[in-house]
Amino acid sequence: DPARKTEVVLLACGSFNPITHMHLRLFELAKDYLHETGKYKVIKGIISPVGDAYKKRGLISANHRVTMAKLATKNSDWVEVDDWESCQGEWLETLKVLRYHHQKLLSADVTNSVQDAGPITKLGRKRKQEPNRHEPIKKKTQSPAVKSVPQVKLLCGSDMLESFGIPNLWKLEDIAEIVEKHGLVCISRAGNNAQKFIYESDVLWRHKNNIHLVEEWITNDISSTKIRRALRRGQSIRYLVPEAVRAYIHSKGLYGAESEDSNAGVLLAPLQSHASGPRSSQAN
Amino acid sequence: MRSRIPVILLACGSFNPTTNMHMRLFELARDHLHQTGRYQVIEGIMSPVSDKYGKKGLVSAKHRVAMAKLALETSNWIRVDPWESEQDTWTETVKVLRHHYNEALRAFQSKKEFTRNKHPTESSTGDSLSCQQPVLPELKLLCGADFLQTFKTPNLWKEEDIKEIVEKFGLVCISRAGSDASQFIQESDILSAFQHNIFLVREWIQNEISATQIRSALCRGLSVKYLIPDSVIAYIVHHNVYTAESERRNEGHLLQPLRLQNTTINPMRD
Repeated sequence: DPARKTEVVLLACGSFNPITHMHLRLFELAKDYLHETGKYKVIKGIISPVGDAYKKRGLISANHRVTMAKLATKNSDWVEVDDWESCQGEWLETLKVLRYHHQKLLSADVTNSVQDAGPITKLGRKRKQEPNRHEPIKKKTQSPAVKSVPQVKLLCGSDMLESFGIPNLWKLEDIAEIVEKHGLVCISRAGNNAQKFIYESDVLWRHKNNIHLVEEWITNDISSTKIRRALRRGQSIRYLVPEAVRAYIHSKGLYGAESEDSNAGVLLAPLQSHASGPRSSQAN
Repeated sequence: MRSRIPVILLACGSFNPTTNMHMRLFELARDHLHQTGRYQVIEGIMSPVSDKYGKKGLVSAKHRVAMAKLALETSNWIRVDPWESEQDTWTETVKVLRHHYNEALRAFQSKKEFTRNKHPTESSTGDSLSCQQPVLPELKLLCGADFLQTFKTPNLWKEEDIKEIVEKFGLVCISRAGSDASQFIQESDILSAFQHNIFLVREWIQNEISATQIRSALCRGLSVKYLIPDSVIAYIVHHNVYTAESERRNEGHLLQPLRLQNTTINPMRD
């Protein structure tokens, strides 16, 4: 019953420095997995590049990273880029980004449901509405098939999951809220330690039903670090990143030896304030 | 200054379908040869095997060539050549190499003639670039490490064919772990005799996109986006190329090379 499926938005946070085919694959794998459960309908994918204030070594300007991500998702009909996070003056914890997108999704959903509350000319047909249209907020009436609240789930690789275990890196209450109120979709290679890691953590174990582990059988280890290294050495990155991204990098002369040195000796933002939600190296 | 030797890279395989990994092999090989300082890769050729190969799940060459063309649209140096796929019978790898080498030689000769006709008075010892004696191009077989390993299967290859491939042409072999391939070469008399003509390229960015896995995903309705080019996906969908039925093609049949007695065999062309 399509009306009973939970709508899901997949949110990927990371450096995307630069975005690669591997990042884009995460979305495809997650969507296929969730659809195969029969319980979810993935309605959108969001790429949220981290702000420059993150101060990671080798991180180039958010303008470039957002532009490349947009070029990469040009041919996708469901994955898009959101630059809200990158436009913030200071670094934001992952949980805050999740909350922001969750709130945004709920407001859009309320506006849509409000339209449903009007005269039902065709049964079950939801008229598409722009979320920002100014409509008086009427009380939401119950329609026969109640759709459950749409969810925003954090999409990541197993190393981000395992970074939860690094002492003082994440606030326990943040981890708890991420897995309890939102959920994780974690992609990893076959034979990984993710299940064991969840088993060994009380908070993760408690919410393991909201942590979806997806196995990636087709090895596709295209890390941004390796891409940057190849570029410094004048080696080809064709077929590892979208063609438009490759062309952009070359036309702007991005990722030389100098850019790799940016933020050298600077402490990563989350470690500066002892706040939670660092980006792991894989969730670039 | 010694000019670089022009090299043409030839990859033989099923290309069923062409994946991002197939195309990566060319890029890796080219970078490697350029970094030796001795070579200039001038062309890459993808040669899809003929339908007569008889491999399970092999779809019509017409589709495989079309998909390869789409995949290579954005490349300015790699092209697909349908010659092998258009032959009446399956063709041994060494024969495909010979064919393309002869073609390259012919192009080279006519270019030399053309240049000589244009500049009849220039001496061959001049400094200008147009006076340099053009260097004869070399054609090398591009492959993965598993291909190299098939040389040791008894009765699968004719010794003289292996020798011709490594002596007259050369191999550029891409692998994840260099050690297996170099050990294998050391253990073979023929291969170690010509190891100067076998280039082992280490692939650090692991990208093992097997065409078999792609077909399996397609049959299950799973996404293969970002593993193969969008244009190839669109083609597959439009022509309904890979189905449960196409996967059963040639089921139970013997690979053509294995049917033939005492002939060169190429079992693992993915």
